Amino acid sequence: MTALPTRKLEAYRYADIDALASVWTSLDSPARVEIAAQQKLQQIWLPSGEEVDVRRVEMVLEAGAVARIFALNNAARYGRFELDVTMHEGADFAFYGANIGGGDSTLEIVTTLRHVAPGATSHQMIRSVLGDKATGSFLGRIEVAREGQQTDAEQSVKAMLLDRGATANAKPELEIFADDVKCAHGATVGELDKNQLFYAAARGMDPATARALLLEGFVGGLWDEIEGNDQGIAEVARQALRKVAA
Amino acid sequence: MLKIENLHATVAGKPILNGLTLTIPTGEIHAIMGPNGAGKSTLAYVLGGRPGYEVTEGSVTFDGQDLFALEPHERAAAGMFLGFQYPVEIPGVSYLQFLREALNSQRRSKGEKDLTGGEFIRLSKDKAALLGMDAEMLKRPVNVGFSGGEKKRAEMVQLGIMDPKVAILDETDSGLDIDALKAVGHGINSIMRDPKKSVLLITHYQRLLDYVTPDRVHVLSRGQIVRSGGPELAHELEREGYAEAAA
Ligand SMILES: Nc1ncnc2c1ncn2[C@@H]1O[C@H](COP(=O)(O)OP(=O)(O)OP(=O)(O)O)[C@@H](O)[C@H]1O
Ligand SMILES: [Mg+2]
Repeated sequence: MTALPTRKLEAYRYADIDALASVWTSLDSPARVEIAAQQKLQQIWLPSGEEVDVRRVEMVLEAGAVARIFALNNAARYGRFELDVTMHEGADFAFYGANIGGGDSTLEIVTTLRHVAPGATSHQMIRSVLGDKATGSFLGRIEVAREGQQTDAEQSVKAMLLDRGATANAKPELEIFADDVKCAHGATVGELDKNQLFYAAARGMDPATARALLLEGFVGGLWDEIEGNDQGIAEVARQALRKVAA
Repeated sequence: MLKIENLHATVAGKPILNGLTLTIPTGEIHAIMGPNGAGKSTLAYVLGGRPGYEVTEGSVTFDGQDLFALEPHERAAAGMFLGFQYPVEIPGVSYLQFLREALNSQRRSKGEKDLTGGEFIRLSKDKAALLGMDAEMLKRPVNVGFSGGEKKRAEMVQLGIMDPKVAILDETDSGLDIDALKAVGHGINSIMRDPKKSVLLITHYQRLLDYVTPDRVHVLSRGQIVRSGGPELAHELEREGYAEAAA
């Protein structure tokens, strides 16, 4: 069995190792998901409800495969969603993830996307809402191999801090060996807008309701691309936001 | 309805309102005019309870109660509406969602039941129609990408939905074309011309007052009311400018 990682490892630099230790035996080899050529997969990752909620997934997209992952990371103590994706020719991968937490929770989304063949696209949208003393991180590594020409890789990472004690980390990491590649990434950390809060108050919204609504607006775009009528994750996210906004 | 007495207020430590006294009786529409920087928006924000606007002296009674004892959202629930000179954009939150949440918050605080989705849609469609606004616009994020005039119309749609006792409308007429001005004037009259309601209309121009005839007109200069009169005062100001009229 693989040894428990330490924080010296880049991908674990913000991890809660004690919490990880409590679940590590069942996790030391990641779950494997293969999507055959031209096939399409949509997955919705809801919080497990456990106070330590760690997932490790390795995903392979064969040529022309499409994957859409929607993930809500909302564990009370430690939530880690770790995803390693290999994309073959023309594959299309998108990850929409939220870290929503308060208390002294540690939430992290750690992705490694490997563009190993020409013409694959990846799109990642991460939104974190952190209250109290929570820490939310996104570590997004993108590797484009020499064969990965016409790669189009995009990351949009935004965090909202509700309290002084909350922390957001965003670390994009690019390793590019092809020359014809589009990689766009942007990361911002902000607070709720005072003008928006006053506007909502002037229309009669109490502060907690106003904060929750603005946060829903901040996070809501994550679920727009869900296919089929599966908006359960939006509702669970809304509950989680109400809780951190209260 | 609204009794403002010797009001002093500072913004960022700077005195802006310097002993402002003004009473707006129930059933009346009053206009406030005055030069840029006189403190008109400051007055509106102080009445709305905006953080950062500090009251250092004086009092305001709204419908018999001490206004400053109420939080901003409680003032709204008590029947005060603030129309913004610069309405705020909220990306990601639709107007329908925003207003439904706001209206239901107000209703809950008064012990009333939430409006159902259907009831709320009907109400907002009615009010949009009253203001000549396409109700489809309310599906868009709050004020995002709205033109200046559309934002002001949307403020009036909100006025209709909230149906307040007192409306403080800060330059609702600026940025409006002639048709929108008419629509807004008509909207204010039909929503607020009521023996049980009052309006404080902040404006720079006579044009809006051609549609909404004020009972009284006041000139605000350097944080005080320096002159008051009937509707004819607005004409005089337009002819002669503030410097003359306030002298
Ligand atoms: N945050 C602030 N910090 C410092 N000064 C401020 C601040 N906000 C407003 N002021 C000042 O307060 C004064 C009054 O501003 P206010 O917006 O109330 O004027 P107004 O009468 O509404 O003007 P206008 O007709 O241009 O809308 C101005 O001199 C303005 O610069
Ligand atoms: Mg102003």
